[in-house]
Parts: sequence; structure tokens; C-alpha cells
Amino acid sequence: MALCYVVAVDGSDGGIKAAKYALEKATQASAELKIIHVLQWSPYSFLTPEELAERHKRRGEELQRAQTAICQPLVRALGNTSVPISTEVRYGNISEVITKFCAEVKAAEVFVGRHGGSHLATRMFGSVPGTLIQISDIPVTVVP
Amino acid sequence: MLKNLIAGLAGLLFPLWAVAQEAAEKSMDERISEAIAPIINPFVAFIFSPLPGSEALLGTAFPWIVLWLVVAATVFTLYFGFIQFRGFGHSVALVRGAYFDPKDAGEVTPFQALATALSGTVGLGNIAGVGVAVYLGGPGATFWMILAGLLGMAAKFTECILGVHYRNEYPDGTVSGGPMYYLSKGLAERGMAGFGKALAVFFAICCIGGALGGGNMFQANQSAHQIASIFPFFADKGWIFGVIMAVIVGLVIIGGIKSIARVTEKIVPFMAAIYVGSALLIILLNIDGIGAAFNAIIDGAFSPTAVAGGAVGALIQGFKRAAFSNEAGIGSASIAHSAVQTKHPATEGYVALLEPFIDTVVICTMTSLVIIITGSWVPDSGVTGIALTAQAFSSNWGGFNYVLAVAAVLFAFSTMISWSYYGLKAWTYLFGEGAFKEVIFKFIFCLFVIIGASMGLGPVIDFSDAMIFAMGIFNVIGLYLLMPKVKELLRDYQSRLASGEFPRMK
Repeated sequence: MALCYVVAVDGSDGGIKAAKYALEKATQASAELKIIHVLQWSPYSFLTPEELAERHKRRGEELQRAQTAICQPLVRALGNTSVPISTEVRYGNISEVITKFCAEVKAAEVFVGRHGGSHLATRMFGSVPGTLIQISDIPVTVVP
Repeated sequence: MLKNLIAGLAGLLFPLWAVAQEAAEKSMDERISEAIAPIINPFVAFIFSPLPGSEALLGTAFPWIVLWLVVAATVFTLYFGFIQFRGFGHSVALVRGAYFDPKDAGEVTPFQALATALSGTVGLGNIAGVGVAVYLGGPGATFWMILAGLLGMAAKFTECILGVHYRNEYPDGTVSGGPMYYLSKGLAERGMAGFGKALAVFFAICCIGGALGGGNMFQANQSAHQIASIFPFFADKGWIFGVIMAVIVGLVIIGGIKSIARVTEKIVPFMAAIYVGSALLIILLNIDGIGAAFNAIIDGAFSPTAVAGGAVGALIQGFKRAAFSNEAGIGSASIAHSAVQTKHPATEGYVALLEPFIDTVVICTMTSLVIIITGSWVPDSGVTGIALTAQAFSSNWGGFNYVLAVAAVLFAFSTMISWSYYGLKAWTYLFGEGAFKEVIFKFIFCLFVIIGASMGLGPVIDFSDAMIFAMGIFNVIGLYLLMPKVKELLRDYQSRLASGEFPRMK
């Protein structure tokens, strides 16, 4: 089976940087590259009745937007390459979903950008790379 | 944008304020009460008309509508073989997400549908309504309230399965569901299209009334009273509180300022936890009296002495409050539950049956235990409704009064937001969708906040009860006719569940 690398992106410049770095490594190792973007979502968050009724529609829109605004531009930015690239958009707790996805595709390594949320939020809830390092089952490369 | 909106709303509401300035301020509240009473009184009288002969036979008037709902809940309980007890474990598993496919992440989860529906029912009924029930029906009302809550679980189960099964799914992905849809579509399937349509229309009319009554005026009224007890400034000026509340509600439902709703909705679950926690604390502080309290509840349920109408009086009050609080058989929750993502409508029935349990069996019982255990209930003292609950809560520590006031206002607010949606769905069912039509309803809704905050408790509580119960008339007829369909769906679900078609995910 082909070697597989995963890169998690959030639409920021840091994510693009991480993806470019991951592509470089994948090229060297002749691995395939899977890009994942996770939409923060909790099964326990509170919705108003109106939001409830629109949820299914919004979900479709959100998935669409994630593909067109984040994944596709990123693939274009990576340019022509011999590395097979695929994209995936999912919902959930970001670090947990990335870890689960890596296990599903039997990834050898996961790449992630360093920049996360604001300082206050990071202090309170931890950053995605920080949590990923703690819970990941495979090596994590944090690209500064 | 926000400023314009506030200015706009204030402008719309200003004429009312100006009228009030002309009149003496105290008579403003009275005038609104007097103007409304002749319109609503005949209707209220019809809904609560006693069963013929009940007064002579039982010594107290037994409103037929209360019997109507309790009989319905009992029929569903028997018809589905005590599903609320047999299916309780499965309900909890569903809400925990044990059967939620991770691939559906991002959709409405069973937990979310339950939480949203609960925020519509956990309201002042749990605080003020229980105060009324215990005042009029004595401690024994608690027993009947719990019984009605347990039976109501089966009614909720039935209506929410139908809500999901017959919902409308539009091409853009939004959904509309609820009694209006299952009454018209479900009965059409059984060859009663015209009758179903008529039931749906009557239901929608009453739903609009219920949204304006129990979902709005009652909430505004009781939270205004609670605020007035802390800030005496508002005592004779309920309408000022009403205007403030109306502007905030208007900002959310007309202005689409979702952030206010979102903040409140996030606080409400905490508030509910704090409320139940405070109640538990007070019960613990008075733990010596727990035996006596349960004795009072059991004795009062069967042989009360200080209650008008004796045991039947306690039963009526208990049943009435339970029905008003958890809305089982009323049909409202089915509107919220219809939006859930599920592979089978039956799952939503299981989830929904937890609602009367949490609302009535847990939260209402807490309130009533606090009232009884602290000895706050004094027959014929005139202390009723939220004032009685407040007195009970503050008997150990005055600070609880403030917790209660904050809880009351927040519960009231979240209930209003939920009901504005239920009312709107009924409104658009009758008049069709369209931005302008929707704004008209929303404006009327805000106006009723002011009216509700201005009226005395009597007319408000009667009107809200009457409208909410009236929804139950049409809904229950439909539920009886459609219950074989529910059984069919339930059997289908159970056999597919047993065959492993819906695997446990965790």
C-alpha cells in the first residue's frame, strides 16, 4: 500500500504553508497526500428552533463553501505535481477528527500549521496543534 | 444597523408609551386588562367548562379538557404497551448519540432536538405554574402532576413520530413539520383529506393563540411580577418591563440578531442546572422534613382537607399544570422535533418521551418539593404563582430570590423565542410564506409581550391555558386516528433495529 501523508488545513496562510511543506515531503517519499479540513461542530451545542429547521440546508452550504473557498484554492496553489492529492471536509472536534481520519487512511505522518486561534482562546482551550500532539497516534509535524 | 433597528422598534412601540403617559400610570395596566377581558372570556369559559354533572357528583368542577388530555395520554400509554418505561433505556442511548452515524456529523443530533424542544417547555410553567397548582390543589397536586407527566410521555412519543414522518422537506433542504402537516397529510392517506385539512387549520389558529398566550403573555406576565418583587419600581408599571422585553424579543425575531438568542440559549441550560441545584440544596437543608413532605403529597393526593374540591381538586390542579408545563398532547414540541436528522421517524419518538420526564417528573417536582418542604404553602393566603415559589426559595437564604428572578426572565425569554417560531410556523401554514407576512406576525408577537406584562395574573393565565389546551383538542383527535400508523412505524423500527440495520456506534 502506498505511503500516505495527511495535512490538516484551516484556510489560513499557515495551512497553505503546511500543505506546501507536506507536499515537498510527500514528493520525496513518493507518498500520496490527503488534505483534511474540519468544521468545528459539537453534537451538544444549542440551536434555536429556526436554526434546527435550517441545519440540513446550512450543512450542505458549509460543506460546499469549505470545498470551494478552502480546499480547491489550496490544491490549485500546490500546482502541478506527481503526488496524488485528495481533499476531505468533515465536522466535529477538530483534533479528534484529524486523529480519527489519520487512523482511517492509515497515514504515516500528519502535518499541521502552527498558527491557531487568538492567544486568549489558546490559553483557555489549547490550540489544535497542541492537542493533536498530545492525542495523535502517528508523528505530528508542526510547520511554523 | 443595530442602532437603526432599536430606533425603529422603539418608534413602533412609542405610541403605546405615549398613551400610557396620558393616562394615570396605574390605570394603564388596568385598562389593557379591561380591554382584553371581554374578547377572551367567552372562549376561556368554553374551554374550561366543567363536565356536566361533575359539580354535583364530585363536589368540584372538572373541566372536560383536562380529562380529554389525560385520557389521551392514558390511551397512548396502553396502546403502545407502556413504551415510556420499556423504551426509556433506548431513549437515553439515542440522546447520548449511541446510534448517531458519525457520517452525519453536522446535522441536528437527537440531543440538540431534545434540548431545543425542552427550552420551549421548561419555562415559567415549571416555576410559576407549579406555584399555582400547589396553592390551589395543595401538596397532593404534586402526585397527580407526576402521574400526568409519566402518562404524557406516551403522548409526546406519538406526536413526535408523526411530526418527523409527515414533515415537509423542501428542495433547499429546510424542513417544516408539526401537527399541521401530519393532520393534513396523515388523514389524507386515510381518506379523510377534508377533515384533516380542517383539523390542521383549527390547530394552526389555536397554535397562534397559544404562542401569544402561554408562549408569550404568561411568560411576560410572570417574569414582570418577579422583577417587580425585586425592583418595586416596576410594581405598577408592568408595561415598562413589557416594552423592554418586547424590544429585546423584537431584536431577535424581527431583527435576526441571533447573537442575543444564542447567548440566552447557552445560559438557559446552566440556569436550569442552577435552578435544580438550588432546589436540591434547599431540600437538603430541610432534609428532616422530607418524610413529612412525601406524606403530605400522598395524603393530599387522596384525602386532602384544606383544598377546594378535595382529592379531585388536587387532581385537577396537578393534571392542568402538568399539561400546561410539558405540553404533551398539545403538539407544539412536534414542530421542533421534526427537524432532526434520523434514519427512522421512530427514533424521535423515543427521544421526545424524555421531555415530559425532565420537564414535569424532575423539574416541576423539585419546585413543588421546595414549596412543601419549606412550609410555604398556606391555604387561602393569597400567595400563589411565582410569588409562592419565590417565598419558598428565599425562606432559607434571601439570595435565592435573585437566582429565581434571573432564571424566570431567562426561561421566559427562551420560551418566547421558541413559541414565536411555533406560532410563525402555524401562521405561515395558514397565510403562506413571505417576508412581509412573517414580519406582521412577529410584530403582533412583540405587542403581546407588552399586553402580557401589563395584565393581572387571572386573565393572562386563563387565556394562556385556554389557547394551549385548545391546540390539544384538534391534535388529539388526529393522534387517535393516526395511532395505528405510529404502531406500524414502531414495529418497522423495532424489527429493523433487531436485525442490526441501525448499529450502535458507541
